[in-house]
This record gives sequence, structure tokens and C-alpha cells, in this order.
Amino acid sequence: MKILVAVKRVIDYNVQIRVKEDGSGVHTDNVKMTTNPPDDNAIEEAVKIKESGKIKEVVVVTIGEEKAQETVRKALAVGADRGIHIKTDSYVEPLGVAKILKKIVEKEKPDLVFMGKQAIDDDCNQTGQMLAAMLGWSQGTFVSKIELKDKVMEIIREVDEGLETIEVNLPAVVTCDLRLNEPRYASLPNIMKAKKKPIEQLIAKDFGVDISNRISQLKVEEPPKRKGGVKVTSVVELVSKLKNEAKVI
Amino acid sequence: MSVLLIAEHNNSNLKVFTLNAIGAASKIDADIHVLVAGNNCENVAKEASAVPVVKKVLHSESPNYENYLAENLTPLIVRLAENYTHIISSANTFGKNFMPRVAALLDTSQISDIIKINSSDTFTRPIYAGNAFATVKSNDKKKCITIRPTSFDPALTSGGSSPIEKVEAADIPNVSKFIKREETKSERPELGTARVVISGGRGLQSKENFKLINAIADKLNGAVGASRAAVDAGYISNDHQVGQTGKVVVPDLYIAVGISGAIQHLAGMKESKVIVAINKDSEAPIFGIADYGLEADLFEALPQLLEELNKLNTTQK
Repeated sequence: MKILVAVKRVIDYNVQIRVKEDGSGVHTDNVKMTTNPPDDNAIEEAVKIKESGKIKEVVVVTIGEEKAQETVRKALAVGADRGIHIKTDSYVEPLGVAKILKKIVEKEKPDLVFMGKQAIDDDCNQTGQMLAAMLGWSQGTFVSKIELKDKVMEIIREVDEGLETIEVNLPAVVTCDLRLNEPRYASLPNIMKAKKKPIEQLIAKDFGVDISNRISQLKVEEPPKRKGGVKVTSVVELVSKLKNEAKVI
Repeated sequence: MSVLLIAEHNNSNLKVFTLNAIGAASKIDADIHVLVAGNNCENVAKEASAVPVVKKVLHSESPNYENYLAENLTPLIVRLAENYTHIISSANTFGKNFMPRVAALLDTSQISDIIKINSSDTFTRPIYAGNAFATVKSNDKKKCITIRPTSFDPALTSGGSSPIEKVEAADIPNVSKFIKREETKSERPELGTARVVISGGRGLQSKENFKLINAIADKLNGAVGASRAAVDAGYISNDHQVGQTGKVVVPDLYIAVGISGAIQHLAGMKESKVIVAINKDSEAPIFGIADYGLEADLFEALPQLLEELNKLNTTQK
């Protein structure tokens, strides 16, 4: 059995986003980039399942510019076996990403595809579900627990009401929540070893699928700023302000 | 133009965010049809029919729809989508789960989590955890859209009587099975719609200490929220998480206790009308957006707060 893990390179979650003055997007030059956080959980889960002996291989794939390879290399350093980097210099919408991933799935024939439930840059929360639909596969979204059985998988999903347990047939697409596991750090020897692991580089436009963007981004702007408030010195003052000034209690 | 709105419900009643989604849909087009797909969900269809802005209810019955598995709902929605320009649902775990499947099969680029409708094809949505707003125009013929419920007023629930049309269930792929749902039962208002929310963070230090939060929530008839750190630490269940990957809340009063204010948390609550922060760290970023900041040890401040609220001796509605 094989697991394909899809990862995305994004602006680090600790970076304070700065919107460009001309409204064309956000500043990315000299900004710290990292693997999309829930994608790290996807890699960790795949590697854990491999360590349990239930699967043979973990393949990691990313779509993006030249430097997106760094996210693949990082996944190789924590236990993925080989990487695929699909190069493109332009933004690809989740629909296009799913189409390319479908081609990779057809070639690699994994039993499972893992990825994060949402990318923290565009906050779309679409790619996994789209890929599952295109393949006609089952899906588990916002997953916080996985139990791989024979031909099926039991999944616990984090939903608005609490937790939901479903059973999905394999093959399946799983989108991972942050509570699925605790991603490990790469050790120095493993980082060195990862340098020798293969990364296949392909070009997005060679896939022969329509990845043209369907959405025009007209402008990106800063959200309205909240006015700074006041500090109160006691609980009594706080309650008085809430009652008499803000009138919310 | 016409809108197909996918209703969320529990087979007995409409979920309240569906009304917000209908409210948003009515800003796009007047011709709104609501799909109620479920198992023995006749009452839901009646409720949808009573919503004045709804022009027609499509009611589809099947045991396969009982637990709204995305794999099962999608074929029906895709079949019905032929007659509509906009497919809309709420951007919660219900809508987020199936809408991308529908969009993919319609070869449409979905627009997620919109907070503003500029025209029938142009929308504003938050990106980067709400640190930027993007205004985007969809060039697809059909548009698949999820709306952020708290950004739109709910539609009125009574006075209408639109026709209810039965639609046949679609074949399902039979690839997934519902097993169980563990719902957190609470007498308190729902987090997503409560007028008052009091949230605890890592500063609470334990599950037991959340009783300090609960007591104030009960006094103010509020809901209890939490930061991701508190949920990760096991102090409280996941359905209480407020933030970029949790719930977005817009209460009249939001009280953040022992929460430092990571941008991922702020993404879920910074639109609240009045924000109170109680934290002993004077440098905590939460103070930067709080209307009222109290620098104090929460273990002293919360019992005092309860005492002061008791003195007010008013029942909160």
C-alpha cells in the first residue's frame, strides 16, 4: 500500500501579513515561508502508518515555484520516501491543483491521499474534497483520528457539533486537522539522508489539464482596524464600563 | 439567474445558519430555491417553505441523506444544479464538506467563506486568517459559494408559504458509512450565535478551572469558547474552538480570559462588538484589539467578576 501526501508552501503562520499598497496581494519577498501547518500533520500521520508496517511507501507531492521543493525536502527528512515537485510560477486555484493531483494519483496509484484540511494562505478548504470527487473516492475531512483497517478506514472528524465517526472505503482522500498528531522534527542525520532521496520534477503545464484560473482577484486590502481600547484597573471598573458605557450587560 | 441553496438541518429542524445563508442568497437573486435532502425531514421542508424570501422548496427523501455524507449528497446537488446559476451553502463544517465536491464535478472554482456580496459575480472574502480581505470575481458560468454565516443577517422564518416540490433521490456511490456523532450537550446558547461569549485559553491551566469560565457564561447567558491551545491541551472539546480553523463568532460581548491573542485566534473573534481581555501578561497581543483590557490574574479576577455580576442582580436575556 502507498500513501500520497500533498503539501503546500505558505507564509509562516507567525508572520504578520502585510498587504501591498497597490492592492495586488500581500508581500512575500523576504518573508519566512514554511509548510502549511496541517500538511505537517498529514505527513506525520502517513509516516506513522508506514512505521506501523501497514503501508510500504510515502510519496510527497507539491505544486509551486522552484523553492516549493523545500517543503518536499522537509517531508523527506521526517520519513517520506520520495518526492514529486510540480513546477509552476503562477497561482493555481484549488480546482487546478486537484486536477493535477488527479493525474499524479492515476500514475502513482496510491491507496490513500493525505493533505491538510485547509491552507492558511487562501483559506479555501477545497482541494481534498475536489480531488476525492474527481476520482469518485470517499473522503474524510477535518480528521482528528484515523484507524486503518483492511480495505476500510475508520475516521473521527471534527465537526461543528462535536465529533463524528465515519467509515470510508479505500481508496480515500483524508484532510487532516491540527489535532490528528504532533508532527516530529527532523533530526540532523535524517536531514542529511533526505538530501539523497529522489525528487522528481515535472512541469505543471505539461499535464494537459486546464488549470487556468476562473477567479479574478480584483483587489486585496487591509481589513478595517479595530480601535485600541482602554485598560481598566479593576473588575469593579470593568463591570461598570460594560454596564454603563458599552451597555452590553 | 436563480439560486439553489442547500439547507443544513437535523431532519427535524433547519439549522440557524441556513437562515443566514438564505439571507445572503437573497442579496444575489430573488429566485431562491432551497434543497432539503434528508430522512423523514418533512418538517424541515415546511420550515423552509415558511421563510418568506424562499420561492420554492425542493424536498428529497432518502435514508442515504440522513447524516449528510458529502459523497451521498453530491450526486443529487449536481443533478439539480443544471437549472441554477448559483449553488450556495453556509461555510461551516456542513458546507465546507460537500461544496468542493459539487464544484469539482461542475468544473467550477468555488468561492469559499464570503463575507460580502458586491454583485452577482463579485464577492469579498477574508484570506490569511482575516489579515487581508480579497475581492474576487468569478468567471465561471455556475458559481459555487459558501457564505460566512455571521456576516449576514438571517432571513425571517415565518409568513411565507412557497410550494414544496418532491424531487427524487439520486444514486449514491456507496463508499462511506456514518457510524456515530458525539454531540456536546449543553444548556447554554450555541457558540456561533450567542450574544455573549466567554473564552478560556492556556492560562486556565486545567479542565477543572474551566468551571470559572462556565459560571460566568451561565450568569451572562453566554456560550463558552476556547483558544486552540486550550483545546489541544484537552481542557475542553474541539467544538468550542474559536479561530481560523475553528468557529467564527461575532457576539455583542466577547470575553477572552487567559488567551494571548495569536492571529489565528483573533481571526475567529475580532469582529465582536465589544471585546474584553483578562490576562496577566501586559504584553499579550489580545490587549491590542480589546475595548477593555484588565491586567490581572484570572484566578482572582474571575471570582470577583462573578461576584460583581451577581450584585447587578439582573437576568441576562
